[in-house]
Amino acid sequence: MKTVTADPKGVDSGPHFMDGDHALAEGALAAGCRFFAGYPITPSTETAERFAERAPEVGAMFIQMEDELASIAALIGGAWGGQKCMTVTCGPGFSLMTENLGLACMTETPMVIANVQRGGPSTGLPTLTAQQDMMQARYGPHGDNMIIALCPDSPQECFDLTVEAFNLSEFYRVPVIILTDETVGHMHEKVVIPPADQIKVVPRNNYNGPKEDCRPYKFDSQGGHPMVRAGDGYNFHITGLTHNEKGYPAMTAEQSKVVVTHLMEKINGNADKIIRLDEDQIDGADVVVVSYGITSRIAVKAIQDARKEGIKVGSLRLITIWPFCEKRIRELAPKVKAFVVPEINYGQMVKEVERCAGGRKVISVNHCGGAVHDPQVILDAIRKAIQ
Amino acid sequence: MSTQEIRFSGFGGQGIIRCALITGKALALYDDKFATMTQAFGPEARGSACAAQLVVSDERVLYPYITHPGILMALSQEAYDKYYSELPKGGTLIVEQELVKLRSDHPDLRLMRVPATRYAEELGNRLFTNLVALGFFTAVTNVVTADAMKKALPGLVPERFLKINIKAFDKGYEHGIQMMNQKTGGAVS
Repeated sequence: MKTVTADPKGVDSGPHFMDGDHALAEGALAAGCRFFAGYPITPSTETAERFAERAPEVGAMFIQMEDELASIAALIGGAWGGQKCMTVTCGPGFSLMTENLGLACMTETPMVIANVQRGGPSTGLPTLTAQQDMMQARYGPHGDNMIIALCPDSPQECFDLTVEAFNLSEFYRVPVIILTDETVGHMHEKVVIPPADQIKVVPRNNYNGPKEDCRPYKFDSQGGHPMVRAGDGYNFHITGLTHNEKGYPAMTAEQSKVVVTHLMEKINGNADKIIRLDEDQIDGADVVVVSYGITSRIAVKAIQDARKEGIKVGSLRLITIWPFCEKRIRELAPKVKAFVVPEINYGQMVKEVERCAGGRKVISVNHCGGAVHDPQVILDAIRKAIQ
Repeated sequence: MSTQEIRFSGFGGQGIIRCALITGKALALYDDKFATMTQAFGPEARGSACAAQLVVSDERVLYPYITHPGILMALSQEAYDKYYSELPKGGTLIVEQELVKLRSDHPDLRLMRVPATRYAEELGNRLFTNLVALGFFTAVTNVVTADAMKKALPGLVPERFLKINIKAFDKGYEHGIQMMNQKTGGAVS
C-alpha cells in the first residue's frame, strides 16, 4: 500500500480525554475524510456532531441526510466524486443501509461505515450496549460479497482503527465497517492523536491516463486499482448489474464468475495481510478466550483471575472481525483443549470459531445485550473449559 | 491507590458530567493515571437525576463501569437518597450541605459537607457550584492533584469564565483543606 503522511489540517494532535464516538470522527478527519453524510441515531450521534463541528475548520463537508438510505447513497456519490467518505449509525440505521452497502461492494466504492452497536432486534435498546450486528455487517446485503470489519476496544482504538479502516478501504476499494458499541462509543478515556507526519494514510488513487485506456475496474483479485473521478473528463459507467472492466452491464454466467471471484478474493485472498489480532500467552495455553471490542477488556479481567487459579489461558482478541481469522483458529485448535467465546449477542462469532475448531470444545458465553458481561461468568466458562 | 471508583451525582444543570470530565481529564492527561469515565445514557439520564462515573487506576482500566464506588459526591437530595447506600464502610460521602438533608449522621462513612451553592452564589452565580464542589473533592480525597485539575479546565469551561471557575475551585479547595486540618491535624488520608 502506497502511503503518504496525513494532511495536518485534519489532525488534532495531542492528548485528549475523549469518547469513542468523537475519536471516530477525529480518526476520519486524520485519514483525510472530507465528506460525511449521516442521519443521527443513538448511540452514534456524537460522531456526526464532532465531524460537523470540525468540518468548517478542516474544509470538509457534512450533510445531514433525510435518512440512512440517503446517507449511504450520498457516500457512493461522494466517493466517485473523489472524496474519502464516512457515515455512522447503529443497527436500525445499518439495516436501512444494507441495500446500498451491496451496491457499494458491487461497484467497489471505498467508504467507512461505523456501527456503534446498541441492543436489538429492531429499535431494541437505544441507549444500551450490544455486539449483535457482527453477522449483519458480513451478510447484510444480498448476493455474494465481502467487506472488511474492524472492532475497537477503546476510544484510542476508535481513532487508530478509523485511520486504518480508510487505508484498507482506499486500497481494496471496499466498504470497511467499524463495529464498535455503545460502551466504547460513550466511554471517555485518554486518546493520543499523533502528529500528522506520524500518521500514514493511503491517498485516493485517481486514474489520470489516456481516455481510451480508462477502466474503472480490474478483476484480478487484488487491491490497488485506481478510481475514476466523475468530472475528470472520462466516460465510464457504474452499475449494480454484473459488469465488465469498463463498468458496462455484462450479464452472463461467465462474467459473474469473474466479478464475484474478484469481489471475494481481493479480500479473502489477502486475509493474511488484512487481519490483525492481539494475542496474549497463547503458547502452551489449554484454553483460548476469543473475544473482541469491549468484551475483550472484560475477558482480560476473567483471564487474569483464571491464571491466578493456575489455569493456562490465553487471549486472542479479534481486531479484524472480517475477514475472520480462520487460519489462526485452525492452527490453534489441535494445541488447546477448548475455546471460550464471550460476546454481547446470542452467539454469533462463536459459530465462526466452531467452524474452524476441528471438533474442539467451544463454549459460547452469550449475553442478550444491554450491559457488558459480569467477568465472573467468563471465569466460570474458563473453569468449565478445562474440565 | 490501585483502583478507585467514584460517582458524581446531582441534578441536571449542576454540571455533574462536567465534574467527571474535568477530573478524568486531569487524571489521565496531567496526573499520569488511567481514567475511564462513563455516564448513564438511558431515560434515567433525561430526568432530574444525573450521574457520571469514573474509574481511576495506576494500570489500564479493564472493566469500565463502577461496581464498588469508594467515593460519592452528591449535590442533590435525590442523588444522595439514590446512591449513598452503595458506599462501603469507610467510603467517602461528599454532600452539598444546604441541598442534602442527611438521613443519618453516617458513622461508618467519611462524611464531608460543603456549602458549594452558597460559595458559588457569593462568587456571583450558582452555576459555579460544581467547581466549588470539585475543589472540595480534590482537597478531601487525595485522588487527583489541584494542579492537574486546574490544567484540565481550559476547553471544559467557557474561556471567558475560566478565571472565575478557578476561583470557585480554589474556594472549595480551601474549605476542604481547612476541614482536613480540623479533622486530622493536617494529614490527608
